[in-house]
Amino acid sequence: MDFLNGITLIANYIIIPGLTYGSQLALGALGITIIYTVLRFSNFAHGEFMSFGTMTSILLTWLFSNLGIKLGIFPTAILVLPIAILITIFYCLIIDKFVFKFYRQQKSKSVITLIVSIGVMFFSGGLIRFIIGPGDKNFFDGERFILKAKTFKALTGLNEGLAIKTTQGVTIILTILLVFLLFWFLNKTKTGKSMRAYSDNQELALLSGINPEKVVLITWIITGTLACVAGTLYGLDKSYKPFTYLHLVLPIFAAAIVGGVGNPVGAIIGGFVIAFSELFITFAYKKIFYYLLPYEIVPSGLLQILSTDYKIAVSFIILVLVLLIKPTGIYKGKVI
Amino acid sequence: MQNKNYILQLFSCMFLMFILVGLFQSWNLALSIFNLCIISAIMSLGINIQWGNAGIVNFGVMGFAALGGLANVIISMPPTHNAWEEGGILILSGIVIFIISIFCSIYLWKKLNIDKKKKYVITTIIIATSYFLMRYIIDIPIQTIESIEPAKTGYLGGFDLPVIISWPIGGLLAALTAYAIGKIALGLRSDYLAIATLGISEIIIYVLKNEDWLSRGVKNVNGLPRPVPYEIELQSKQWVIEIAQFTNVSLPEISSIIVKLSYSFLFIIILIGILILLEIALKSPWGRMMRAIRDNEVSANAMGKNIKKRHLQVFIIGSAIIGIAGAMLTTLDGQFTPVSYQPLRFTFLVWIMVIIGGSGNNFGSIIGGFIIWFFWIQAEPIGLWLIAFITSYVSDSNIIKSHLLENAAHMRLMFMGIILLVTLRFAPKGLIPEVKR
Repeated sequence: MDFLNGITLIANYIIIPGLTYGSQLALGALGITIIYTVLRFSNFAHGEFMSFGTMTSILLTWLFSNLGIKLGIFPTAILVLPIAILITIFYCLIIDKFVFKFYRQQKSKSVITLIVSIGVMFFSGGLIRFIIGPGDKNFFDGERFILKAKTFKALTGLNEGLAIKTTQGVTIILTILLVFLLFWFLNKTKTGKSMRAYSDNQELALLSGINPEKVVLITWIITGTLACVAGTLYGLDKSYKPFTYLHLVLPIFAAAIVGGVGNPVGAIIGGFVIAFSELFITFAYKKIFYYLLPYEIVPSGLLQILSTDYKIAVSFIILVLVLLIKPTGIYKGKVI
Repeated sequence: MQNKNYILQLFSCMFLMFILVGLFQSWNLALSIFNLCIISAIMSLGINIQWGNAGIVNFGVMGFAALGGLANVIISMPPTHNAWEEGGILILSGIVIFIISIFCSIYLWKKLNIDKKKKYVITTIIIATSYFLMRYIIDIPIQTIESIEPAKTGYLGGFDLPVIISWPIGGLLAALTAYAIGKIALGLRSDYLAIATLGISEIIIYVLKNEDWLSRGVKNVNGLPRPVPYEIELQSKQWVIEIAQFTNVSLPEISSIIVKLSYSFLFIIILIGILILLEIALKSPWGRMMRAIRDNEVSANAMGKNIKKRHLQVFIIGSAIIGIAGAMLTTLDGQFTPVSYQPLRFTFLVWIMVIIGGSGNNFGSIIGGFIIWFFWIQAEPIGLWLIAFITSYVSDSNIIKSHLLENAAHMRLMFMGIILLVTLRFAPKGLIPEVKR
């Protein structure tokens, strides 16, 4: 029984939050990876694209709630997601047309495009704060939990409860769906294959009649979709504040690099590695030891490897370690 | 110098802007913007020597500036009563043990001639054991120190020395950190280096935010001593009263102007000193070598230049300059607030300054620092004015108008983005392009 209690504790505080946060990071890292492999630059503005997507979701949620349209126990944001995605894609395409296209045609160095993306980051950040304001926005509605801790305790008779929030369930399911769709698109469809060919060898792809404009268009469509979904899910789960999305860029980059830049599978693995290590390293193991060991030999103190304040710093530490030991990441990607 | 007149015109335009602010807003505001402009200019000089002259992408400005700020606390604050006896020595020894063990593992890594997997295992074991040993040693003393009058002190305190010493010490602290970072990260190519330095600077800020025994963390260190007299002292001085009567300005205002002027004087000396040193360095064979490495690493390497060493050197110099500027900034603020270090305000804004001013030209970096900081502060009134102007025909009760006016302050992010994008597109060399030598 104690063993089961310990397992439940871990599931409740590490596995489910880890899966949720990992999914959000994985979606973000996928966006960065796609941009990196096809358009060849590190996009620092990706966090703001996510923020933009979330903002449109919030505005649409408000609109729909005013009209009285709801989605039962699920948050309204899921219902408006397709429209928000379209708007985000549109924004990405406009930015590309006015900003990134020029540097692509000039064949600028990737560092220059990186600095350009910082300009886009500033602009988008300002635009978003200008439209929706810098404050905290909570746009979650519907049922709060899929599985309540109380119900779980009553069902199993354990001391420890297991709670699954609706947002957590929705995040994990949507991520699986989206990743499945993306891989199907990249590996099975003709357009996806042409995109991969283009990212592997641009000249050869051009020679074999692949239209570069179309590839770029599809790249932004995928990126916009991923950014909007990742941002909205993150905003639903935590709460939306434009400021936090700037700070989200680094964990996302960490995820992309840890997994191996330029490798979509790596980006997903990287997201989960970052999320779980953040939780594992800052978790207070005291209670688990009480369940698993005899009471007397458990040492005093919280038994944390690092205090919870360092949660986000963990992702940077992992990033630095990976860059030191294996710059190509877990799944060998391209070295910048 | 190919275009002395042009540079002179730019600087006099900038000077005129300050005079306009002084006339239309207040001299106090003009001087406080001017002081921060000088600090920004020094920071962008630091980035300029790295990016403009050596091609190193350093996104860690925030971290180095914060280390400079930390130097203020360590140098100038009075030591906390009993803190050293209660556990300060234990904490220091714990950290020293950890650092020594890291050096040991680096040494072993280089010397041991075994299979790589075994090496990983050995180093991991050494570092993990020493980490837990350090935690075992320092956890309790940290608690004791943090509980000494937590509302007032609760940290180790400093050495109670004149605050001006903290400027070079801040540079030194930043230089030492830059050495460590450079050793591990400079081998990476540009994109990775940018992300790595950004990540490391975030780690530095997290440490400063959470290690209360060192810097009081989010409780901030207030009341740092000043290198210049206090306003209250000045107000009782006869000559200040006479100036106030002569200029017909109120006594508090004139005293605060005098304080700001003395800061400006100190800062200008430092700025000019650093500028002269940098100009000499960049005109010397060393400077030519740096540019040669930037322009073509492979051929510079073929000519027998040690690229790794040069990059490390220039990384340390640039970071030290940023550290000095960070220390000056904290002295000017009079308090050390780890929360105020944001990558947007420090790292990215300084990068915009360098790009706008013209990377590779020291005068460009200075004018970039002045212009960007000036607009960063003044964008708020300009944005408000712009929106009020655009919506002047809309009634005041309109929701959209009030919403826009409320959020007009965020126009400055948009301004900065647009300025950066326009410069990169139409004048990628910046306002004052690099001199062709």
